[in-house]
Amino acid sequence: MRFGGVHVLEDIELGVAAGEFVCILGPSGCGKSTLLNIIAGFLKPTEGEVAIDGEIVTGPDARRIFVFQERGVFPWLTVEGNIGFGLFRQSEAEKRERIQHYVQLVGLKGFEKSYPRELSGGMKQRLEVARALAVNPDVLYLDEPFGALDSITRLQMRRELLRIWHAERKTILFVTHDIEESVQLADRVVVLSARPGRIRRIVNVDIPHPRDLSDPRYIKLRDEIFAEIGLAHQV
Amino acid sequence: MKLERILLPLGVATILVAIWYAAVRSSGTKIFPSPFEVANGIGALIGKGLLWRYIADSLFRVAAGYAAAAALGVPFGLILGWWTPLARAFNPLIQMLRPISPLAWMPLAVIWFGVSNLAPIFLIFLASFFPIVVATMNGVRNVPPMYLQAGRNFGLSTPALLLRVVFPAVLPRIVVGLRIAFGIAWLVLVAAEMIAVDSGLGYLIIDARNAGKRYDLVIAGMLMIGVIGLALDAMIRRVELRFRGIEN
Repeated sequence: MRFGGVHVLEDIELGVAAGEFVCILGPSGCGKSTLLNIIAGFLKPTEGEVAIDGEIVTGPDARRIFVFQERGVFPWLTVEGNIGFGLFRQSEAEKRERIQHYVQLVGLKGFEKSYPRELSGGMKQRLEVARALAVNPDVLYLDEPFGALDSITRLQMRRELLRIWHAERKTILFVTHDIEESVQLADRVVVLSARPGRIRRIVNVDIPHPRDLSDPRYIKLRDEIFAEIGLAHQV
Repeated sequence: MKLERILLPLGVATILVAIWYAAVRSSGTKIFPSPFEVANGIGALIGKGLLWRYIADSLFRVAAGYAAAAALGVPFGLILGWWTPLARAFNPLIQMLRPISPLAWMPLAVIWFGVSNLAPIFLIFLASFFPIVVATMNGVRNVPPMYLQAGRNFGLSTPALLLRVVFPAVLPRIVVGLRIAFGIAWLVLVAAEMIAVDSGLGYLIIDARNAGKRYDLVIAGMLMIGVIGLALDAMIRRVELRFRGIEN
C-alpha cells in the first residue's frame, strides 16, 4: 500500500473469524489506521484486496461500521437522533424500539434528548458505539476510540466495550497504540512494525474475561509485546 | 449587570447629544440642526405619515433583495463547496466580482430595471449574495471528513448525505454568513435608494438635502437607519447563538 508516494503498508496477510476481537497494535505512524481504513473500504489499497465472507470490499458498507474517536457523533442531533441516524430503512416503530434498546445498552438512559455538547467524552464515545450497533452490523471497526479519554474513563470504557461485545457478539477490529489496552481486550493482538507496517507477530491472548491484570499469564504476554515493540524503538 | 448594559450606553448617548447641542449653540450655526430640531423633524415625518411608509418601503427592499440573495446564495454555495471542479471554475469570477462596490453597479441597475423598485432590490441582492455564497462554500469545504465518512458508512446516497450531513454541519457557518450579509445589505440601503425610487429612508436623506437642505431630516433618516439596523442585528444574533450552541 502506497499513500501519497509513501510506502505505508507491506505484506499484510490477516484472517479474522466471525465474532473475534482483534487488536491491531503498532507505533504511531506505522499505518495501522490506514490498514483499518482500507479494511473498512474508505481507502483503496494500491495492491492486494480485502474480502469479507468471500466478497471483495470496494467501499464502505452499513454492515460494517467504523467508529471514530468520540468526535464522530453529529453535534446537530440529539442522543436519540444520533442513534437513529442509520435507521432510515426501518419502520418508525422499529426505529424507536432500537433507539431505546441501545440507549439502555450503553447507559445513556435519561439523556435521550441531550445534544453531544452536553455529554462527557466517555458518554459521546458510548453514543457513537450505540449509533454503530443500532444498524445491527456484523463488524465494528474502532480506530483508537478511547485515545482522547482520561485514563480512568478509558478503563471503564474497555469494560463497557467487552460487556457490549459479549452481549452482541460482533466481530471487532480495534486499532490502538496502547499495549496494555490490546492485551486487556483482544483475542488476538496483531503487532505491526514501524513504517512500512508489516505484521511482526500475532499474539493469541488465551485468557478468559474478565482478565486479571496481575495474572502472571497476562503480564508475560504483555511483556512479550513490549519487548517486540521495544526492539523497534531502540536507539 | 443587566441594568448596567442599558444604562452605560444610554449615558454615553446622553453625553454625546449634550455635546452636539452645546456645539450647535455655541457656534451659532444656521445650517446644522440641534438635537431638538432633529426630534421635531422626526415628529413632523410621523405627523405626515411619511416615516412609517419610508421605513416599510426600505424594509421591504432590503428584505426582498436579501431574501433573494439567501435563496440563491445558499444552494449555490453548497454546490460549489461540494464539487471542487465547479468551485475552481467559479471562484476566480466570484473573487473578482466581490470587491466591486454595489454602487458601481448603479448605472447598470438603472438601464436594466429602470425607474422601479427592482433597481435598489438588485443592488441589495448583489451586496449580500457574494458573502453568503463564500461563507456557505467555505463551510462545506470545512465539514469534518469524519462526518462524511460516517454518513457514507451508514449507506447514505449523495443527495441524502448533502441533506442529512452536509447541510446541518454547515448551518452554523451559513448563519454567520447570513448575518454578515445582512449588515452589508442594510449598509448599501441609502445608496440603493438614491436611484430610481421616491420613498424609503435612503431617499429621505437624499431628498431632504436636495429639496431644501433640510439637515434635520437628513440626520433623522440617519438615526432611523442606525436604530433599525441595530435592532435587526440583535435579532439575527439571537438566531445565530442558537445554532452556534449546537455546534460546540
